[in-house]
Formats: sequence, structure tokens, C-alpha cells
Amino acid sequence: MAKLICGVGTSHVPAIGAAIDNGKTQDAYWKPLFDGYQPARDWIKDNKPDVVIVVFNDHASAFSLKLIPTFIIGVAPEFKPADEGYGPRKVPTAQGDPDFAWHLAEHLILNEFDMTIANEMDIDHGCTVPLSIMFGEPEQWPCKIVPLCVNVIQYPAPTAKRCYDLGREIRNAVEAYGPDTKVAIFGTGGMSHQLQGERAGLVNADYDQNFLRMLTSDPEQLKTLSHVELMREAGTEGIELVMWLIMRGAMSLDAKEIYSFYHVPASNTGAGLIILED
Amino acid sequence: MPKDYQDIPGTYVMDGRHCRLGYQLNMFCLSLNEAANREAFRADEGAYLAQYPVTPAQRTAVLERDWLGMLQLGGNIYYTFKLAIFDGRSMQYVGAAMSGVTEDSFREMMIAGGRSVEGNRSKKEQARG
Repeated sequence: MAKLICGVGTSHVPAIGAAIDNGKTQDAYWKPLFDGYQPARDWIKDNKPDVVIVVFNDHASAFSLKLIPTFIIGVAPEFKPADEGYGPRKVPTAQGDPDFAWHLAEHLILNEFDMTIANEMDIDHGCTVPLSIMFGEPEQWPCKIVPLCVNVIQYPAPTAKRCYDLGREIRNAVEAYGPDTKVAIFGTGGMSHQLQGERAGLVNADYDQNFLRMLTSDPEQLKTLSHVELMREAGTEGIELVMWLIMRGAMSLDAKEIYSFYHVPASNTGAGLIILED
Repeated sequence: MPKDYQDIPGTYVMDGRHCRLGYQLNMFCLSLNEAANREAFRADEGAYLAQYPVTPAQRTAVLERDWLGMLQLGGNIYYTFKLAIFDGRSMQYVGAAMSGVTEDSFREMMIAGGRSVEGNRSKKEQARG
């Protein structure tokens, strides 16, 4: 039987990927962040999943304003890194898991989460940066990947509660999957940041650190977060934190916190990371 | 009906109204994801942009790289940032331009912990002082 082994919450700032790609992780600016990531990398090396569901948002790469699905699941055999305007990141093509991904899609839709199914999609920094953060720079990613995209660019994003509930149903879907498979789920994006407008540069470290604590101490309370609170307190792009709640919903209520880390700034963003063991 | 998020200062929420206003502008920006389009835009910005039915104000904002103007005219940061990538500019450059400071001072603000939320939560709160 398949089993969820862990959930990871992490920011997916593109500049973190660029720091890795350009060999700058030991520069004074980046070293504290990558030092903070090391224990997470060590842990996942010893607790290797067979497949990771990466919850992220596409940033006008594979999808656009032309069509705006709220939840998309990638069922393809592979996912290439997207060209976001710089040329694609030089990271491995991710290998998908079509059997598992189709199982998830069918289970979720039959349980009233109306997923959009993607047979072809490139993955942008939203997906590849968390893989780099957790797995470094391997020739091939050490596990299969099921990308799950969430619209958080066009208002309104799905609510915190809807995301959390989707996570609960993902857990049910994993537990209903026959093959022995160790599954991890990454909830990515955030933490606080605002990229746009005269308020650009907003970071709210207190808010972020409280969010990290509540993921362990009172996750159900996070379901009540409203969009206006998230945008006001964590910035317009901080609304990406709803994607962490899909990860949290998929974990057991009493999941154990293995590691938590927070650092400001990564480019324009408060960068957080948490590992929860099921 | 005013929306609750319209009270957040210095912020342009990508709601339906904003999406309609900026759709063509954003789709022009999106086209720069393709290398061949980047080359065509580099060769003749005005001619390339003419393929997109943007408004005259949007056209001027693009050609003059008026980052805040593009946002106010319906741009979305993830789309207009494609143009910044084209120019070899960073998100900090664009953030500085939109908030009216130099890139260096924006970068220093970020290293010092970013823009504080205190005093930046609410237009109503700001008006009360």
C-alpha cells in the first residue's frame, strides 16, 4: 500500500534557483539560507520518497490568462523545465508517475475535487526550485514527480479551507493506492512577499514565523485565513501560502515537526522551510 | 461594491476588472517566453508590439518601461516581469522602480528585513495617522 511519509513546506523564489545554478550558494548573501537548508537535505536523503507531489503555482510559463484552472494535476510521463524568458533552467527533466497521477486525478474528481488534467506541461521555478532546495544538483531527480498547480495569480485563489480539504482528500487517495509507494508532498511558495506596487518589498517575519508554528500547533486554525488577511499581512504574493495548506491537509493532524527554518531575505521574500513527518 | 482588499495601500489586486483591463498587455508580455519572439521584439520593439491590440497608454508604458504605469493599466507582475527579464533586470530593480527608490536602496531595505507591514496595512488606518 502507498503511504504518505512526509510533508515539506518551502518557498520557491526563483533567485534561490539562480544562486544554485550560478554557484553562488556560498556567497555571503546566500550562505545563511543554504546552511539552513542543509539539515532538510540530509533528512530527505535518509528518508527518500518514491514520488513527490509538488504543489506549486505556474508563473505564466505552462499556463496563462487564456485559461485559468484552479487546480491542475500533471499526469505526463515527464515534465521539462520551462523557458521563463531566460531559457530553461539546466536541471533534470522530471520523471512523472502516470499510474499514480491518474489514480489521484480519478480519486479526487470522484470525491468532488474537480481537477484539471494536464497531459503536457512544462514546470517552471515554482516546481524546480523546491526540488533543487531539497535534492541539490543531481544528474536525475531521485524520485518521480507529480506536479499539482494551483492558481494563485488571478484573484481569487482557492480558499485556505478548500486547499486544506484538498490535502485531506489527497491523503485518502494515497491510502487507497495499491502499489507499495512512499509518497511525499511539498507545499511551496511564499512566505510573505509583495512583488508589485508601491508596497513592493513587504515582508512580515512575525506573521511567517507564527504561520510556521501553527502548521504544527494548530493547523485547523489556518483553514480560517481569509484572502484579504493573507494579502494585507503577507503581501499580495504571500497568498501563495494557501498551497502550504494542501500539504498540511494531507498530513495527519499530529504530524511531527522534524525541522523548521526561516530566513529574510531571499531576494524580495521571507523564505521558510518546514518538514513534517507523518 | 468596494472590495475589502481595495483598502490595502500601494497594491493592485489581479481581480476580474484588472484582468480585463490588462489582458492584451499581459499576453504581449507572455509572448516573450519564446526565444524567437524575444529576437523579433529586440529587432523592432514598436513593430512587434503593434501585433498586440494594447491601448496607446499601455504601448507608451511598455516602450518607456514605466513599471508602475504598466501595473496601473492592468499589468500583472508575473507577466510584466517577462519584459524585465528581457531587459536583464531583476525583481529588485522592478520593485525599486514601482516604489520610487533606487535599486541599491531597495536591496538594502530587503537585507534589513524588508518593508514593514506597520503603517502599510490599511488606507483607512493611514488616513487616521
